[in-house]
Amino acid sequence: SMSRYDRAITVFSPDGHLFQVEYALEAVKRGTTAVGVRGKDVLVLGVEKRAAAKLQDPRTMRKIVKLDDHICLAFSGLSADARVLINKARVECQSYRLNVEDKSSLEYITRYIAGVQQKYTQSGGVRPFGISMLVVGFDADGTPNLYQTDPAGTYYAWKAHAIGRNSKTVLEFLEKHYTDESNEESIKLAVKALLEVVESGSKNIEVAVLTRGNVEFLDDEQIEKYVQMVEDEKAEEKKEP
Amino acid sequence: MGIVGDGFTLLAADSIAARSIMVFKNDEDKIYEIDQHKALAAAGDVGDRNHFCEYVIKNIHLYQLRTDISLSTHAVAKWTRNQMAQSLRKHPYQVNLLIGGWDKNAGPELYFMDYLGSMHKLPFGVHGHGSNFTLSIMDKEYKPGMSLDEAIGLLKKCIKELGVRFLINYQNWIVKVIDADGTRVINLGDDEPATVEEEHHCGLTLLVSRAQNESWLLPLNRWLRKTILA
Repeated sequence: SMSRYDRAITVFSPDGHLFQVEYALEAVKRGTTAVGVRGKDVLVLGVEKRAAAKLQDPRTMRKIVKLDDHICLAFSGLSADARVLINKARVECQSYRLNVEDKSSLEYITRYIAGVQQKYTQSGGVRPFGISMLVVGFDADGTPNLYQTDPAGTYYAWKAHAIGRNSKTVLEFLEKHYTDESNEESIKLAVKALLEVVESGSKNIEVAVLTRGNVEFLDDEQIEKYVQMVEDEKAEEKKEP
Repeated sequence: MGIVGDGFTLLAADSIAARSIMVFKNDEDKIYEIDQHKALAAAGDVGDRNHFCEYVIKNIHLYQLRTDISLSTHAVAKWTRNQMAQSLRKHPYQVNLLIGGWDKNAGPELYFMDYLGSMHKLPFGVHGHGSNFTLSIMDKEYKPGMSLDEAIGLLKKCIKELGVRFLINYQNWIVKVIDADGTRVINLGDDEPATVEEEHHCGLTLLVSRAQNESWLLPLNRWLRKTILA
């Protein structure tokens, strides 16, 4: 039965499941939504911002972080776990630079993060990280990358992906409407996809846009502009029979 | 060598990498840029210098990424000194440092640090045996709030003195200035600080006057030399 095999993570169940890892994935599914879009010359990350409590300072709720000058990351799941993983990844980025005198490739750092996550599924006395991450950045040769990691320690490259709450809906939307026509289209796609499952309004989403050599966290005004564009497009679509 | 002027810090380091009697490289950049507004001029054992400076830079970078705070020159200097002091009785670094930077709040600053981990904030500083000669020139000629041209003039005087009285011919230098706009390399050029000299050419005597504090005369000087000496 299930309960006998989910105590310690080092135990496989008879039918080959690692239940702790699967439960960690459940924790991710309860986290706020995050979306990532890869364009030809742009990378966009969008996250759902949970409404701040009245007395809370919204500045302390950053959900998109910089790992290095050229790498950004968004996550879904337990924020405390994310903090630890992000810290390890930041140190690794600098360590790589110190040893090799080059900025790390996206694949390298994603592999590292996934490696750490995997380690915690195969050690005694620890539990897996309840996080999935979307890692974006341009490599030294200019290739744009979007990678996703999960609590099991696997990682995949994506053209566009969503994690967290309602990620299925968002992913379906992305599959239907994916485009890498232009930077503007990619940003709009990310915002539109997020707005499928998030209440409309710039104060509910956070967006980061990466181009080669530049990382920009959009401010409320800029986000509102895109939200407005998306709303207008939606209104247009409704009009057409 | 380092000089603090009006809204800028000037750092200069010789560009020779040598061991004993062999010169490996004469365009070595010993001024490591920590970020846009801070740099580390280092002198000492090649391996230690490179290793320690890169270690400092990457750790400062990590701190700034982690906390989203841009450190002040003072904070960077303090941190570096702590690292130097911690390594002193374990694996000491044979490196002498001049940390120069520019802050919005504190303005231009220069921190002098030796290989034993002592640190002082100074208006000007020199490391190395050459300091015996150049410090006296700086003592006499330095004034607070010098313009960039004046500071470069002072630097050139020091370099000239080293050429005259110092055993090792330190004539290749890399000079960087740090100010509100960031860090950039200064080309010292090949015109020396002119002294009063008479030049006789084809019976023409020309008096080329002292142009040290009158930088506007330098172009005239240069033109005169070119046309006459050509």
